[in-house]
Amino acid sequence: MKHISDIRIVVIGNGMVGFKFCEKLLAKRQASQQISITVFGEEPRVAYDRVHLSEYFAGKTADDLTLASEDWYADNGIKIYLSDPVVDIDREHKLVRSHHGIVVQYDYLIMATGSGAFVPTIPGVEKDGVFVYRTIEDLELIQSYARKAKKGAVIGGGLLGLEAAKALLDLGLEEAHVVEFATRLMPRQIDEAGSRMLQSQLESLGLHIHLSKNTQEIKGGDCIEGMQFADQSFLEVDMLVISAGIRPRDELAKIAGLETHPRGGIIVDNQLQTSDPSIFAIGECALAHHMIYGLIAPGYEMADVVAAKLTGGEKEFLPFDMSTKLKLIDTDVASFGDPFIEEPACTTVRYENKAKGIYKRINVSPDGKTLLGGILVGDAEQYNMLLQTCKNKTILPPDSEDLILGSRGGEEAGAGVMSFPDDALICSCEAVTKGMLCHEVSEKGNHTIDTIKKSCKAGTGCGGCIPMVKDIITGTLKQNGVYVRNVVCEHFDYSRQELLDLVKMNGLKTYGNVLDTFGKGDGCETCKPLVASLLASLWNESILQKDRAPIQDSNDRYLANIQKGGTYSVVPRIPGGEVTPEKLIVIGQVAQRYGLYTKITGGQRIDLFGAHLGDLPEIWEALINAGFESGHAYGKSLRTVKSCVGSTWCRFGVQDSVSFAIEVENRYKGLRSPHKLKSAVSGCIRECAEAQSKDFGIIATEKGWNLYVCGNGGSKPQHAQLLATDVDKETCLRLIDRFLMFYIKTADPLARTATWLNKMEGGMSYLKAVVVDDVLGIAAELESDLQQLIDVYQCEWKEVVDNPELRKRFSHFVNTPAKDPSIQFEEMREQKRAKEWA
Amino acid sequence: MNTETQIPTDTQVTWHIACAVSDIPEDGGGCAFIDGKQIAIFNFARRGEWYATDNECPHRQQMAVSRGMIGSHEGEPKVACPFHKKTFSLKTGQCFNDDAYQIKTFPVMVRENLVYIGL
Ligand code: SRM
Ligand SMILES: Cc1cc2nc3c(=O)[nH]c(=O)nc-3n(C[C@H](O)[C@H](O)[C@H](O)COP(=O)(O)OP(=O)(O)OC[C@H]3O[C@@H](n4cnc5c(N)ncnc54)[C@H](O)[C@@H]3O)c2cc1C
Ligand code: SF4
Ligand code: FES
Repeated sequence: MKHISDIRIVVIGNGMVGFKFCEKLLAKRQASQQISITVFGEEPRVAYDRVHLSEYFAGKTADDLTLASEDWYADNGIKIYLSDPVVDIDREHKLVRSHHGIVVQYDYLIMATGSGAFVPTIPGVEKDGVFVYRTIEDLELIQSYARKAKKGAVIGGGLLGLEAAKALLDLGLEEAHVVEFATRLMPRQIDEAGSRMLQSQLESLGLHIHLSKNTQEIKGGDCIEGMQFADQSFLEVDMLVISAGIRPRDELAKIAGLETHPRGGIIVDNQLQTSDPSIFAIGECALAHHMIYGLIAPGYEMADVVAAKLTGGEKEFLPFDMSTKLKLIDTDVASFGDPFIEEPACTTVRYENKAKGIYKRINVSPDGKTLLGGILVGDAEQYNMLLQTCKNKTILPPDSEDLILGSRGGEEAGAGVMSFPDDALICSCEAVTKGMLCHEVSEKGNHTIDTIKKSCKAGTGCGGCIPMVKDIITGTLKQNGVYVRNVVCEHFDYSRQELLDLVKMNGLKTYGNVLDTFGKGDGCETCKPLVASLLASLWNESILQKDRAPIQDSNDRYLANIQKGGTYSVVPRIPGGEVTPEKLIVIGQVAQRYGLYTKITGGQRIDLFGAHLGDLPEIWEALINAGFESGHAYGKSLRTVKSCVGSTWCRFGVQDSVSFAIEVENRYKGLRSPHKLKSAVSGCIRECAEAQSKDFGIIATEKGWNLYVCGNGGSKPQHAQLLATDVDKETCLRLIDRFLMFYIKTADPLARTATWLNKMEGGMSYLKAVVVDDVLGIAAELESDLQQLIDVYQCEWKEVVDNPELRKRFSHFVNTPAKDPSIQFEEMREQKRAKEWA
Repeated sequence: MNTETQIPTDTQVTWHIACAVSDIPEDGGGCAFIDGKQIAIFNFARRGEWYATDNECPHRQQMAVSRGMIGSHEGEPKVACPFHKKTFSLKTGQCFNDDAYQIKTFPVMVRENLVYIGL
């Protein structure tokens, strides 16, 4: 490139790569450079996102898919002619002529004509109901034809064919068939075993797959009626999509006498120059390094190389990585590096789980040091990680199978991304490295995926890197010591912790006040119960007064858990699990009178199920008269403090665990928190009360009590950890006060104490420093805040029973005292149960 | 949903008295039994609007929509079923989480402290 000013560039084709070329050229152009750009596009609309074309069927419009509006071209001085393909190139005079007769002169000509669907010569392909899958127009035709079709088929079991088959399912066809000539699906991306796994997954989703089928003829009159195969079999279908591969659009290049390959494609060198040095070819029409790259990322790289060259830079197009990750009909499929390399050139590790539909394969170098490639089917969560490990030639752990087997959760992956070198390529479509992303976050203040997409385009191509980009944003913010905000919902732009402080400082006590002062809109089922919980944790006023009843989660609103069928359960508090025979008799009588199913719970108390909404106040009235209180089984609040019988009866007991459990339960009953709280007290090291599985658990020692915190049963069990050893009762309660209040003030909504600890920077040693050593100097405040809540405790069921206005709300209908006639029960072991869901 | 409107006579609906205004908590709901049907009625006091829908949730056929929490989604008023938190537009009855579900909505009219539902 001798002199580069005042150049005229003509681009043929306004597809994804043609557009990207214009964009890159504008970005790279020197201030001194005068460039005029003219674009010819054959399609009627400006370039759109073909990669996500199928989302058109999921409701995206052509506008949503557009890469840049027509205004963008005008604003940047680009002359664009749509619906006007170039039909002739006069290389001698450097002119192009369009179908409509427009003639433009060029200094450099860029061919970005892409490719078209390859349609094999099968008799009958011209019939109505036979389509290809490439442009928005194709999709519009398919969509309208599908309305009257029942059975559809796709020829081609490759990447595009399977995507088209999914579209047929989405369009509501009763049957969707995939017909593949080869012996397996996606032979170019995955191996035999991966294909089989993919096939069985797709079949279980309702797709019919036919392999080794050679379509001989498409039968029917004007419209397709079926497919005749070479093996004499016949498949009845009323529409067909042909997706048997792509054919580079090199017809114009051929007429112009440029060098093309006999099997298609405009031949270019590693500068993307054709046999005419003024003419470049990029994207799917170009044959570089002996191949057509049918993916977007190499296309964009080609655009970059040519744009650099025309603006005075030097860059060459190197053989490009063909790694891909796709989601095909809810099944992840990925391949990276060299997926097919075989032993002895590598050591291969395979993992297969037929029940879950997962197949993984990695190819490791013979010395075990680096990853050469691999295949993932069914679960491709590790794709980005493996791809980076492969590309960066990261040294592998001694047990390379850990790469696909180890328990690599999201958190670990996050840490992993931050350990990559700065030049690790994260978004290969837009060539954005980790270093560039960190710069965006730290220096330019782009903290969300949306702003990152806008500023450096990462994640705007195939989208596969988005999870990693997110990890990098979070990781970089953390490294910079920035607090990552976690806002409540569309109505409150604050985290739970921030909102708690604001509500407290401003002394707000109703939801309306909180929403008016700090929120917007009308609230929703996320922020309402969250604010309800904050108000309860701050002031502990009745949760049903003022405007607070309708913001409670349904269980809190009716002070009972809603059950299958619409009835409620009744759980009176039985502190420490200790109950007198008299009280037991009352429970029995109440259950009898109201026909309630009775069961001992896993929390050492009794649950009465099947109560009609309208009966709840009377049931509770009877229980309260016998000395019971609400058990808060419905609230995010203290549940039970289990006990073992302890030194009062047990020959091993070293302390009176029952008395202490009752004291603890009575102290914290009614305390509302981000999630429910459970506790237990055991009388000795044998631990019969299972205190180490609780949010806070106490175990008697010879000298006093050991306090454990942040245990959890439930779906992710976790043992509690020791917070204090051999403390006396008073100290133990004081530490629990501090611990609970610190949790209430800082936890995310619906995070149990275990989850809260797991996310806490500094973990258990930090928690200990705050709660035991008071490094933050807030212990006195935590204690007094908690004491305040204890002081205002009232049994909320007693309040309802005594208040006629509140009682009125416990009725299924507002205009008749009748019970819900739709409620039905079934008999079971001399009691009743809820009728099964319909 | 305007308190001033006359009872319209030209429409297909028959108006039924459902309850008193005070029977439905502000920014909450209640269920009325009308003509053998269970109708959920919502007093969206914050917006000064009233809505009525089926009380039965199409997800598991539970009679509980009236006990759901109301709110908005990008400005569109909605209710969340208390059972599994499927949310429905109060205007159209369309489920936000799953296109397959839809509840019926009914016109509401408030006159002299009485709530009328058009069926
Ligand atoms: C009744 C009971 C089962 C039983 O028949 O024994 C029960 C019943 C329910 N549990 Fe439980 N859990 C019961 C003991 C437990 C236990 C055992 C314990 O407390 O010692 C656990 C594991 C310990 C733990 O929580 O760490 C337990 C872990 C859960 C979880 C999972 C919590 C987690 O962190 O993973 C849930 C779901 C939730 O809260 O989000 C849950 C939720 C529920 C709900 C509220 C589900 C619902 O929304 O309807 C059930 C309500 C029944 C009702 O109306 O009363 N239940 N649940 C037990 C009542 C104990 C009590 O007296 O209060
Ligand atoms: C359904 C589908 C799914 C895909 N999914 C993925 C994926 O997940 N990942 C991935 O990496 N890739 C995917 N691809 C491939 C990707 O879309 C292509 O690699 C990319 O679009 C190629 O860009 P291009 O500009 O070279 O060609 P195109 O986008 O095809 O653009 C070429 C344009 O040139 C026009 N043209 C042709 N001849 C002329 C002429 N003589 N004059 C004027 N205009 C002309 C054409 O009409 C067309 O508009 C997918 C493709 C399809 C169809
Ligand atoms: S384990 Fe599940 S089914 Fe059993 S009570 Fe708890 S929540 Fe209900
Ligand atoms: S019954 Fe309404 S959401 Fe399940």
